[in-house]
Amino acid sequence: MRVMLVDDDPARRAAIEASLRSLEHEVVGAITSAADLSAAVRRHQPDVILIDVDSPSRDTLESLGQVTRDRPRPIVLFAHTGAPDTIKKALQAGVTSYVVDGLNASRLKPILDVAIARFEEFQALRNELEETKSKLADRRDIEKAKGLLMKRRNLDENSAYELLRRMAMDRNLKLGEAARALIAAAELL
Amino acid sequence: MPLEKTELKIGLVPLVDAAPLIIAREKGFFAAHGLQVDLSVEASWANIRDKVAAGMLDAAHMLAPMPIAATAGIDGVRVPMLTALSLNLNGNAITISESLFWQLQLDSITPREVGSRLKHVLETDRAAGASPRVFAHVFPFSTHNYELRYWLAGCGIDPDRDLNLSVVPPPQMVKSLREGSIDGFCVGAPWSEVAQADGIGRVVVRKYQIWNNSPEKVLGVTHSWAHQNPNTHLALIAALIETARWLDRTENRAEAARIVVESHALEAPPEVVHEALQARSSGHPLGRGLVFHEGAANFPWTSHALWFIQQMIRWQQAPSDIDAAAVASASYRPDLYRAAAALVGEPCPAQDFKSEGDHARSWKLGNTDSGITMGPDRFFDGQHFEGR
Repeated sequence: MRVMLVDDDPARRAAIEASLRSLEHEVVGAITSAADLSAAVRRHQPDVILIDVDSPSRDTLESLGQVTRDRPRPIVLFAHTGAPDTIKKALQAGVTSYVVDGLNASRLKPILDVAIARFEEFQALRNELEETKSKLADRRDIEKAKGLLMKRRNLDENSAYELLRRMAMDRNLKLGEAARALIAAAELL
Repeated sequence: MPLEKTELKIGLVPLVDAAPLIIAREKGFFAAHGLQVDLSVEASWANIRDKVAAGMLDAAHMLAPMPIAATAGIDGVRVPMLTALSLNLNGNAITISESLFWQLQLDSITPREVGSRLKHVLETDRAAGASPRVFAHVFPFSTHNYELRYWLAGCGIDPDRDLNLSVVPPPQMVKSLREGSIDGFCVGAPWSEVAQADGIGRVVVRKYQIWNNSPEKVLGVTHSWAHQNPNTHLALIAALIETARWLDRTENRAEAARIVVESHALEAPPEVVHEALQARSSGHPLGRGLVFHEGAANFPWTSHALWFIQQMIRWQQAPSDIDAAAVASASYRPDLYRAAAALVGEPCPAQDFKSEGDHARSWKLGNTDSGITMGPDRFFDGQHFEGR
């Protein structure tokens, strides 16, 4: 996990960095609010960004979120002080990120775990969507390829499907890929 | 009207246009309406939005487009918000680095001239294969973002192709310009003034020149807060209308600047705060400066919300099939303003909509002598906005 840390308190930054490393996370950047956050994110491509809730750079992060809407990163916020029910309130209100009451090294693991879980959940959803999309595309292309074979080789549907399956196996392709190759070849001819 | 809540926590961002909130507390306008207000200085607009959404702040100093983005559900948090009070007009400025300023070789400093020379420099840059220039603003849903884009696009510059737009926190604008990581910025007072005073940048365009007397900050609350605290909400607005009246009297501006400086809400040199709060005479080509009350400045025009929604669609922040009328009337509430204004005898516009771009000088709302005197409302490129 590539973690970027934005915190103006140098002592706390060092402590958090050390505990991140002990949890075997890669700290790709530990910067202050004064640094150019956009440039740092572009350069380091972090998976998670840990940022002090009171950092003025949060507005910069917001704009990056707008730009990279299709590739979101979990953002963990932490606060110096705050009510104990801050997290609950923030979550109920639909705040996208986690506001944590203080951040010392020992509390880092559960926070990161939550962020990572949320990130993975999100990724899983995305992957599922991609998969569904590609399955639909496969089905469409297989139908089309079958149709081509039936017409050109005068086959019935089952035989056409068998032939397509053999072609895929021989060439070590997935059925959808074989179908697309066949369609492309047919279009060339 | 019993108040539902008398102790309030209100957020603000360190800018000169947070003055009404600071003055209302220091001069007793809140207290006169039975409110005890704790002001909380926040470091970012994201923080303001999150804390208002989570109920950790009752109300806040917000960028005029923020309640609209929240109600439209495009701000990432999706807690509907509204405003029934505009806090001020004007105030922002576009500043460019000294080196870019000299490269432009300007004959005059007008929005058109600066824009056309900038276009030329950007084209020359591109032909030479130079990396794109970077201009900064303060938040995706900000007046600054839309003003900058409106001006650039009006000068034939595509803000998404011909340069890079980025977000930099206002107090860091000057430093970023000095270090050369940005070539220009659009920001609220006093940061342009600071850059110019330090000899790092030149103010080339003012918000007033892009769109005369256009809306800037508002008082924002969540829909649910407004619903649960209707009387408190009206008292809060009434107190701020009285504050705005006091603030717009030229003779009070020096005292106002002193109060803002002494509140320590913003870390800026006192002379810059005084300068930013100085009122110019009416009819000045750069406008009156920050306007807090005159010309129905506090009225939340539904048509202003529609203009912002149009910009959100134009720059692909909002879907083109968004129900603009529904979002505008849910997030900008002139009806609530009128109810509060009645408590303090403030005359109100009779309509919720007005067109923009038609008046080059002062005019009377309702075209009668008894109507409210409104300021100019022209766009730099002569466009007309129907407003509904």
